[in-house]
Amino acid sequence: MFDQLKDKFQSVFDGLSKKGSLSEADVETALREVRLALLEADVSLPVAKHFIASIKEKAIGAASIKSVRPDQQVIKIVHDGLVEMLGGDAAPLAVDVAPPAVILMAGLQGSGKTTTAGKLALRLKDRHKKNVMVASLDMTRPAAREQLRVLAEQADVGVLPESDTETPLELAKRALQMAKLKAYDVVILDTAGRLSIDDDLMDELRAIKQATNPHEVLLVADALTGQDAVNTAQAFHDAVGVSGIVLTRMDGDSRGGAALSMRHVTGMPIKFVGMGEKQDALEEFVPDRLAGRILDMGDVVALVEKAAAAIEEEEAMRMAKRMASGKFDMNDFLNQLRQLQKMGGLSGILGMLPGIGKMQKQLNAAGMDDSMLKRQEAIILSMTKKERVSVGLLNASRRKRIAAGSGTSVQDVNRVVKQYQEMAKMMKRMGSKAGAAGLKAMMGGLGGGGGMAAGGQMPQMDAEAMKKLSSGLPAGMGGEMFGKGGLGGLPGLGGLPGMGGPARGGSGKKPKRKK
Amino acid sequence: MSWFKKLTAGLKKSSNKMTDSLSGLFKSKKIDAESLEDLEEALIASDMGPHVAAAIATELGQVKFDGEPDADKWRLALAQILERKLAPLEKPLIADADNRPHVILLVGVNGSGKTTTCGKLARKFQDEGKSVMLAAGDTFRAAATEQLQGWGLRTDTPVITGEAGSDAASLAYRAMEQAHKAGTDVLIIDTAGRLQNRAELMEELAKIHRVIGKFDESAPHDSIIVLDGTVGQNAISQTKAFAEVASLTGMIITKLDGSAKGGVIVALGDGFGLPVHMVGVGEGVDDLQTFGARDYAAALIGIESDALTQADSAQ
Repeated sequence: MFDQLKDKFQSVFDGLSKKGSLSEADVETALREVRLALLEADVSLPVAKHFIASIKEKAIGAASIKSVRPDQQVIKIVHDGLVEMLGGDAAPLAVDVAPPAVILMAGLQGSGKTTTAGKLALRLKDRHKKNVMVASLDMTRPAAREQLRVLAEQADVGVLPESDTETPLELAKRALQMAKLKAYDVVILDTAGRLSIDDDLMDELRAIKQATNPHEVLLVADALTGQDAVNTAQAFHDAVGVSGIVLTRMDGDSRGGAALSMRHVTGMPIKFVGMGEKQDALEEFVPDRLAGRILDMGDVVALVEKAAAAIEEEEAMRMAKRMASGKFDMNDFLNQLRQLQKMGGLSGILGMLPGIGKMQKQLNAAGMDDSMLKRQEAIILSMTKKERVSVGLLNASRRKRIAAGSGTSVQDVNRVVKQYQEMAKMMKRMGSKAGAAGLKAMMGGLGGGGGMAAGGQMPQMDAEAMKKLSSGLPAGMGGEMFGKGGLGGLPGLGGLPGMGGPARGGSGKKPKRKK
Repeated sequence: MSWFKKLTAGLKKSSNKMTDSLSGLFKSKKIDAESLEDLEEALIASDMGPHVAAAIATELGQVKFDGEPDADKWRLALAQILERKLAPLEKPLIADADNRPHVILLVGVNGSGKTTTCGKLARKFQDEGKSVMLAAGDTFRAAATEQLQGWGLRTDTPVITGEAGSDAASLAYRAMEQAHKAGTDVLIIDTAGRLQNRAELMEELAKIHRVIGKFDESAPHDSIIVLDGTVGQNAISQTKAFAEVASLTGMIITKLDGSAKGGVIVALGDGFGLPVHMVGVGEGVDDLQTFGARDYAAALIGIESDALTQADSAQ
């Protein structure tokens, strides 16, 4: 019996020491698979290579998650990397400027510029309540101007009257004049499709840009595009300085890797995606969705997410149990400090709370910034194992040693000890009969999807922040943190006055997860 | 300008052109695992897809040379492998005089260049002394009919049209009747672009195909998918789906005058064996030209197509 237990422990520790972090071999194996997936999804080769290299750097040494294979965890890291890369620098369309806002559409033949111009006009008119005019500068493709006129009529927006004698540049100038004269808010300039290697036509596009000084230059690109996406994006970006990308035909079944290529080459955000042939089928870009599609390993990503959530939940339950039994030592305190840091530190948490913005200045002035969490961590790490379990051992000379070891002062050490004691006191209260109900409710909340019974006390907090807070918070910082103990429960915030509030943590209501 | 030259011109301007990577690759006389991997990547960058690229790299690794191979020999050997793979896909588009009319149906996803190809094909057959009629089967996209009418004016070809949003299948049938009555040699039917995962639109295409067969059960004599030369691996899914509903007989690849290399042709040849009738290498009415495996392979690798001819006769 005892041997069995010992074996079990041993294997756990083995697992920890061996699989404590992702090894280079783990990462490389998984990334080979990822590379193939990216290339099959039409991510351009140089972009795929660059991306893989950056992920490799990030993944090696990352703390591993129990119960998933290392390669699976790498896939999740890749997924997150894709989301980050696809979604960065998102900015709304610059249409709220001194009118008229000029939007220039550019791209290869058949990428969907005219259709997108029509869709965009409708969107700006309906959702942004703008007075929109479209103008076709396409004198090359037969009936391109008729196409835009019909779309403009369907969207009920203004259109530049056609002329057979003007050059695209003259048309552009006339469009601007007319937009000013008739007080349009937005003028969308649709251009002829052109090859990026056609110097004359690229010069023409440059001239149109110079003459019209557009607020947005949208590169309209086909989601079905292959490896050439890098060349096209680079050429258009070099010539006219793309400000955003519209990805068309995203309702098809292509993996859409071209988006990553173009995003990488231009550094500009993907602003919209075309999701169908109807005129209202233009949607905001959702990085998460496209990342899943490019990688096409959604099951693995979901699995790892689930495992990570389970571990956090497990950890929270473990903590909750310890607290319920009135046990709370420096190790637990350290744990909480680290959880706090994981959530973006004090500023990250406080940033999620409404009305704290003003206070943050005062906090900073008092030296209560995020570096404080680091210092506190260093102090605890400078304690011996025994000291961490029995804080009572900490006499003056031990404190001096700890201060020297952590590069802090004895006062700092004293402060940490005091904060620990306050927190431990609170935990003990919770461990008593009165606190048990609240704790139980809190645990119920955690079990029910990691939600937090915050009631109506934080009405301005958005759903995303709520989710982050509730899933990231260790037990003892859930409902109780904002409840009985107020923010005094936060390590590092040694009981700031005025931040507490009436008990509201353990309302017993099972919160619904917001999706 | 021959299409080889146009193709080469386009590929030359491409920033990470394959020829560059190949030149560096073949500098050393020995070709090792690492340079084969580099080659594989260069092939992937032309849209061949990772699997086909790996197969070709392996094949090149197994080539036996007389004496020490140099960079030119390596390049020639690679071009020969590609030519061998592509040669079975050569098949000029010929209108059979026995068919009255010879019916060509053009299908494909949106923006691949179907309507433009219709216009260019009209000119091609006219140049061959044939009478041509066009059918504006894209009744969905705004002004698609006007676009084809524009081509009709340019090439002086009658265009059968319908109301916007009208039934494309009945328009196709009407075009069959009229072309037959007028004794037209070639009828080219344009269709609306559709993404292959849109079941209802694919069903509509199946119906157009069926209805054409009702008038003349041998028609359409050519059912051609028009593929954008810049397309990536999705071309495989497109071809598969369109082959199912429209019994494809061939392919036309457009927009090969740009920096895209159209390497997906090699992957498609591997998977479907459908002939490549023509390639589009420019916006001009004469810029649709018959596909030649030798020229394409040479342009892709960056050698003169004469080199392949000489190597051939030397053997």
